[in-house]
Amino acid sequence: MGLIHNSRIKSPWIMHFDNSSCNGCDIEVLACLTPLYDVERFGIVNMGNPKHADVLLITGPVNRRTARVLRNLYDQVPGPKMVIAVGTCASTGGVFHNCYNVLGGVDKVVPVDVYIPGCSVRPEAIIDGVVLALQKLASANL
Amino acid sequence: MMRQLILLIATIVVAPFIGGLLFGIDRRITARLQGRFGPPILQPFYDFLKLIGKERIAVSRLQFVWIYAYLVFMVGSLLCLVFQSDFLILVFLLGFAGVSLVLAGFSTKSPYSHFGANRELLQIMAYEPVLLLLAIGIYAQNGTFLISEIFNQSRPLIFSLWPLFIAVLYVLTIKMRKSPFDIATSHHAHQEIVKGVITEFSGPYYALYQLAEWYEIVLVLGIVALFWTNPLWVGILIALAAFLLELLIDNIAARMTAPWMVRLSWTVGLILGVLNIAYIYFTKGVS
Repeated sequence: MGLIHNSRIKSPWIMHFDNSSCNGCDIEVLACLTPLYDVERFGIVNMGNPKHADVLLITGPVNRRTARVLRNLYDQVPGPKMVIAVGTCASTGGVFHNCYNVLGGVDKVVPVDVYIPGCSVRPEAIIDGVVLALQKLASANL
Repeated sequence: MMRQLILLIATIVVAPFIGGLLFGIDRRITARLQGRFGPPILQPFYDFLKLIGKERIAVSRLQFVWIYAYLVFMVGSLLCLVFQSDFLILVFLLGFAGVSLVLAGFSTKSPYSHFGANRELLQIMAYEPVLLLLAIGIYAQNGTFLISEIFNQSRPLIFSLWPLFIAVLYVLTIKMRKSPFDIATSHHAHQEIVKGVITEFSGPYYALYQLAEWYEIVLVLGIVALFWTNPLWVGILIALAAFLLELLIDNIAARMTAPWMVRLSWTVGLILGVLNIAYIYFTKGVS
């Protein structure tokens, strides 16, 4: 399994899902794909399709509407998979934590592997977070 | 017999490596054209191995049968080329492969998959007549559909069939699903129909699809190389130049709609092809 295990670390395909974010973190996620940061050099490709994804990048706090969608998307990703909560809101609920329609952070609905705090997160922090998730994937014996 | 067996195994083993490398070079050159650094050349192989190790999610069992059929027909078509068999059979096997992919798309209930399958049908409609005209052109020139006869001729096909060569370059773009004709799989526009016909392929089955694509690129570039078979290395250089040209077109062109693709392919491809064949028969006389 060594070859497949190594390949997993070298080719994480991400899928980006926006719960109810203010779009600040979403813009930073997309900034990672621009020529300045170019995450494709690590084999990271932005997929629009949960069935092809390995890593879920989730931004924004979970509300009662998006919880069902998030759960559905998570179930459609074939394992082994990683979930990264991008931004303060996705990690804890942030400034929206006590809104009447907000459940809180992403971990209220799906298991989260890496939390990236920041409002909004910097692209460097997102890349760091993905690298951390890959280290976790590498150390896990799947 | 022994030699043929070795050739058979060598084709099945070596072709995916060449195809995968070509896709790796494709991604690297595309990145450089866009001012990015780009992934390693071996990236497609990492992707492939990762997909092999992913979980199997069955949406429809019928779909798996069609993905295997796509792969098998594609390999069969490539073997036709390598064993210098009948060009017409090669075109038909390639057609069966395309139809298998369409049926794989139709065998799930996802609307994106259905949209993609419909568009894949349009793509087949766009390139298949051109390939058939190429077969007729080869017949008009050599008096036989056999690929081995092309290798026997000392005069390269490109001198008499250059209009069909231009038409085949269109086929190459459509077959590679590159930017002006990035229609069925929606490679660069996830917002439109997610991933089109391959939306529901996941894990190991998506890896099989990629494997079939690697065979396909070798096959289509091989068809381009047929235009100059004596000596063959000139043909291979022409094929590689055509490949680089496709990458350039991919990066400078916008995505177009499916009806536009069919219209362009039929007007340019069919007119060039028919004129070409008519000219050959006029100069040689119908025998």
